Amino acid sequence: MATATEADFRTRLQDWLPKLVLSPSLAAILVFVYGFIAYSIYLSFTDSKMMPSTDWVGWENYGTLWGLSHWHTALVNLAIFASLYIVACTVIGLVLAIFLDQKIRGEGMLRPIYLYPMALSFIVTGTAWKWFLDPGIGLEHTMHLWGWESFSFGWIKDRDMAIYTVVIAAVWQTSGFVMAMFLAGLRGIDNEILKAAQIDGASNWNLYRRIVIPLLRPAFLSAFVILSHLAIKSYDLVIALTGGGPGRATELPATFMYSYTFTRNQMGVGAASAVIMLMTIAAIMVPYLYAELKERER
Amino acid sequence: MRKMKTLTAAAALASVGGWAAAQEGGSGVEVLHWWTSGGEAAALNVLKEDLSGQSIGWNDMPVAGGGGEAAMTALRARVTAGNPPTAVQMLGFDIQDWAAEGALGNLNEVAAAEGWDAVVPAALQQFSKYEGNWIAAPVNVHSTNWVWANKAVLDELGIAQPTTWDELVAAMEAVEAAGKVALAHGGQAWQDATIFDGVVLSTGGPEFYKAAFIDLDPEALGSETMVQAFDRMSQLREFVDDNFSGRDWNLASAMVANGEAAFQIMGDWAKGEFKNAGLTPGEDILCFRMPGTEGAVTFNSDQFAMFNVTDETAVTNQAAMASAIMSPEFQVAFNTVKGSVPARTDVADTEFDACGKQGMADLAAAAEAGTLMGSMAHGHANRAAVKNAIYDVVTAHFNGEYDSQTAAEELVNAVEAAM
Amino acid sequence: MSTISQEAVVVRPAAPVPSQDTAVRTSRVARTFIYLVLLLFALFYLLPFAIMVINSVKPLSEITGGNMLALPQDWTIAPWLSAWSTAQIGVEPTGLRPYFLNSILMVVPAVAISTILGALNGYVLTKWRFRGDTILFGLMLFACFIPFQIVLIPMARMLGLMGLAGSTPGLILVHVVYGLGFTTLYFRNYYAAFPTELVRAAMMDGAGFFRIFWRIMLPVSGPIAVVSVIWQFTNIWNDFLFGASFADLDSMPMTVGLNNLVNSSTGVKEYNVHFAGAILAALPTLLVYIVAGRYFVRGLMAGSVKG
Repeated sequence: MATATEADFRTRLQDWLPKLVLSPSLAAILVFVYGFIAYSIYLSFTDSKMMPSTDWVGWENYGTLWGLSHWHTALVNLAIFASLYIVACTVIGLVLAIFLDQKIRGEGMLRPIYLYPMALSFIVTGTAWKWFLDPGIGLEHTMHLWGWESFSFGWIKDRDMAIYTVVIAAVWQTSGFVMAMFLAGLRGIDNEILKAAQIDGASNWNLYRRIVIPLLRPAFLSAFVILSHLAIKSYDLVIALTGGGPGRATELPATFMYSYTFTRNQMGVGAASAVIMLMTIAAIMVPYLYAELKERER
Repeated sequence: MRKMKTLTAAAALASVGGWAAAQEGGSGVEVLHWWTSGGEAAALNVLKEDLSGQSIGWNDMPVAGGGGEAAMTALRARVTAGNPPTAVQMLGFDIQDWAAEGALGNLNEVAAAEGWDAVVPAALQQFSKYEGNWIAAPVNVHSTNWVWANKAVLDELGIAQPTTWDELVAAMEAVEAAGKVALAHGGQAWQDATIFDGVVLSTGGPEFYKAAFIDLDPEALGSETMVQAFDRMSQLREFVDDNFSGRDWNLASAMVANGEAAFQIMGDWAKGEFKNAGLTPGEDILCFRMPGTEGAVTFNSDQFAMFNVTDETAVTNQAAMASAIMSPEFQVAFNTVKGSVPARTDVADTEFDACGKQGMADLAAAAEAGTLMGSMAHGHANRAAVKNAIYDVVTAHFNGEYDSQTAAEELVNAVEAAM
Repeated sequence: MSTISQEAVVVRPAAPVPSQDTAVRTSRVARTFIYLVLLLFALFYLLPFAIMVINSVKPLSEITGGNMLALPQDWTIAPWLSAWSTAQIGVEPTGLRPYFLNSILMVVPAVAISTILGALNGYVLTKWRFRGDTILFGLMLFACFIPFQIVLIPMARMLGLMGLAGSTPGLILVHVVYGLGFTTLYFRNYYAAFPTELVRAAMMDGAGFFRIFWRIMLPVSGPIAVVSVIWQFTNIWNDFLFGASFADLDSMPMTVGLNNLVNSSTGVKEYNVHFAGAILAALPTLLVYIVAGRYFVRGLMAGSVKG
C-alpha cells in the first residue's frame, strides 16, 4: 500500500465530496422541475384538452388566454393579494419575533398559538372563516347582538372588497410561520454583538434598525421567497373562502390554472397560463435573487 | 450506459406488469368515486355487499371534492401512470371524453343479456354508449328543475303552491313582505347555473332549451327569449337575502327547513337535507317542478364507467359489477337514499316517498315525450369547457356585472370561444 | 441557558433581569406594550379555532339552526367520536383513524430526508463554495415556484415508469423533490451567517467534510432545523393534490380522508363532524410545533462560538 496515493485519493475525494453530496438534489430538480417546465411549455403549444396531446397549434392557446376577461381579473387580484400579503406577513412576523425574543414569559405557549394556523387544512378552516366573515352569521351579526347596531363588515359579499378578506385569512395562516423564520434568525445572532452595541450606548430602536435587522437579511430573503411562493400558489384558501366569488371576483392565477387544466378540460390554455406565470415570476425573482446573491458574494 | 437503460426499462416494465396482475388478477374491482357523505356511502355499500356475495372484492378509492373534479384529476394521474381503476364514477360528457381516448371497456355482452336498451331512457344512453357500444352503467337520474318549499311557511301566509312563473313571483313577494327570505340560495357559480337551467326551460320551453344549451345555436343563445330568461334571473336575484354569496347549498336548504326561507330551487339531492332535518318530503316540504317546466326534466346521471382491462377474471368482475348496478334492487336501495330516481324506467316506485314517486313518473313521461334533456349546469348538455363558459356569464350577470342584454351577447361570445 | 449572557448584563446594574433570550433590555412601559401586542395577536390567531371547537361540540341542528357563533346549548362529543372512528369516508364507516398511519409513514421519512439533504446542500453551498454555486442555488430556489398542476401529469408518468405509482415510497419521493428547494434555502441562508473561519480552522486541524458538518454545523442548526421541519411537516401532512393523485387505498393520506369527510357535493354536510375531523387531522402537526418549538432556544450558537 502506497500511503502517498491513498492520501492523494483522500484529498481528491475531499475535493469532490461537496459536489457529490449536492448532485442527487440537483439531478432531481433538473428532471422533476426543469424537465417538467419544458414539458409544460411544449404542452402550451398543443391542442391538449383532457389529456396531453401532440398536435401543434402554435400560439393559439396564448391568444385564447389573453382574450379571457377573468384571466385579467386573476392577474390584477394576484398583484393586490401578493403585495398586501407579503408586506403584512413580513411586518407582523418580524414584530412578533422581535417581541417574542424579549425574554417573554409564556413564550412556549405563545409560539404554538402563533404557528398553529399553518397546521390546519384550509378545506375546513375556510368554513370557519367564511362564517366569521359572513355578515349574517359572524362578526357583524354578533356585534349587532351586543348592541352595536351600526357595525358593518360585509367585505366577503362585496365584489370589490372580497379579495381583502382572502388577504386577512392568508395573513392569519402564515404570519406565524414567518415569525418562526425571523425568530430562528434572531436566535442565531451572536449576543456579543448586541452587548457591544449596548455598551456603546445605542438605543433599542437603533440597535434593531442598524444592527439586528441588517443581520437578519438572509431571513428576509427566505421570507420573501416563501411568501411570494405561497401568494402565487394560493388555491385552497380561495376555494374554501369564496370559491372564486362573488361572481369571479376573487379568482387568482392558481385557481385559474387548475380550473382550465383539470375542470374545464382545456389543458393547453392551462399550460399557457402556467408558462406566463412562471415567466412573470422569473421576471421578478431573477433580478432580486441576482442582486441578493451577488451582494453576499463579496 | 445502454445496459443501464435496458435494465431500468425492464424493471419499469416488470413493475407495470406487476400491478396489472395485482389489479386485474381476480382480486376484485377497484372503484374510484366521490360518494363519501354518510347516506351516499352507505348506499354504495349495498353494491359492495352484493359483489362480495359473488366473492368479488371491492377496493375503495374515494376522492371527494368539487362535485367530482378532484376525482377526475386523480383519474388522469392514475391513467397516465398506467394504473387505472376498474370502475369510475363519472358524469355526462366525461364518459364520452374518456371513451374517445380509447380508455374504456365494453359492456355490450351483459347489456344485451339483460336488455338495457329497452329500459334505459334514450337520453341517458347517449352518455352510457359510445359509437353504439355500452361503456358505462348508469346508477341514478337526478333532476335539477325542482322547487322546494316549506309548507308551514306557505300555509301561514296563505300561499298556494305556485303553478306559473307569475304566481311564483307573487308568492315570493308575499313571503318577502312577511319579512322572511323568499328564495334560499347560495351564490356559487354552479348554484346560479342550476337555477338558470329551470329559468331557461320555463321561459323558452323544451325546444328552446335544447337549441340553446344542447345544440348551442348562437341565435337561440343571443335571442330575445334568452334576454327574457336573464331578466327573470334578475327578478329572482331580488328575492335572495343579502348574504347569499358563497353559501353552501346545504345551508340554503337548512334555511328552508327552519322556516327562515320559503323556497329553494335545487336538484333533488336537497331532499336528503330535508329528511335529515326530520321533515317529510311531500308533506312538510313541498316539491314541484319549476313553474312552466312541467312535463320536461333536466337531468344529470351518475354512471360507473368501466376501464379497459385485459385479464379474463377482471372482465367478468366488471360485467358482474355492471349487472349489479343495473339490478332493480340496487337501483331502489341506492336511489331512495340519494334522493334521485332509478336509471331504468321499469322499477316499481313503492319504496319511494311522494317526491320520489313524482320524479319517477316525470322521468318516464319526459323520456316518452322527448323532453328529458341533459342539465347544462351539471355538465349533461355540453362539454366542460362550454359549461364553465356559460357559468362565467350566468354568475357575472347574477352578481350584477352585466345587464340582461349584455349577458345574452356575452353568452354567445363565451360559448363560441369555448367550442 | 448560558451563563455568558448573565455576566454581560452586569455591565449595567440598572437592568436587574438576567437575559436568556437577547441582550437587549426594555423598560417597564415598553414591556407592558409588548405583552399587550403579543396577547392581542394570540387572540386574533385563536379566534377561528374557537369557532371550530365550539361548533365541533354542538349537535348539527344547532348549527343549521343558525347559531354558528354561539356556545352550544347541548354539549356533545359525538362529532369527535364520529370523525375519529365511525364517519363515512368511503363505503366503509371507518372514520379518519386508518388514514393516520398512512400519513405518518409518508411524512416522517419525507421530512427527515428532505431536511437532511437541505442541511447538506446548505452546508456545501456556504462552506465549500465552488465556481457556479450561486447559479445552482438560484436554480434550486426558482424550483420552489413550479405550479403543481403542471407537475401532476408528467410526475404520474415518471412514477409509473419507476414502478412507484400508488405507493408510499412514490409519495415520499414526490414530497422530497418538491421540498428540497425550501429546505436548501433555509439552511443555506442560516449557515451563511455562520462564521466560516471556524470551518477553516477545523479544516486546518485536518477535519473532513462530514466531520465538520457533524461536529460544527449540526450542533448550531437547532433553530433552523425547527423551521425546516415545521415547514416540511406541515406541507406534506396537509398536501391533498399529490395524495389524491399518487396514492392507493393502502397509502391514502389523512388529507384525502379529511377531504372525503368534508367535501361531499350533493350529500348532507355534518359541519360539527367536519370541524372535529379537521382538528383531529391537525393534532400531529400541532404536536410537532410544540415539541420542536423547544429547540428554538438561544445559546447554542453563542456556546459554539465561544468554543
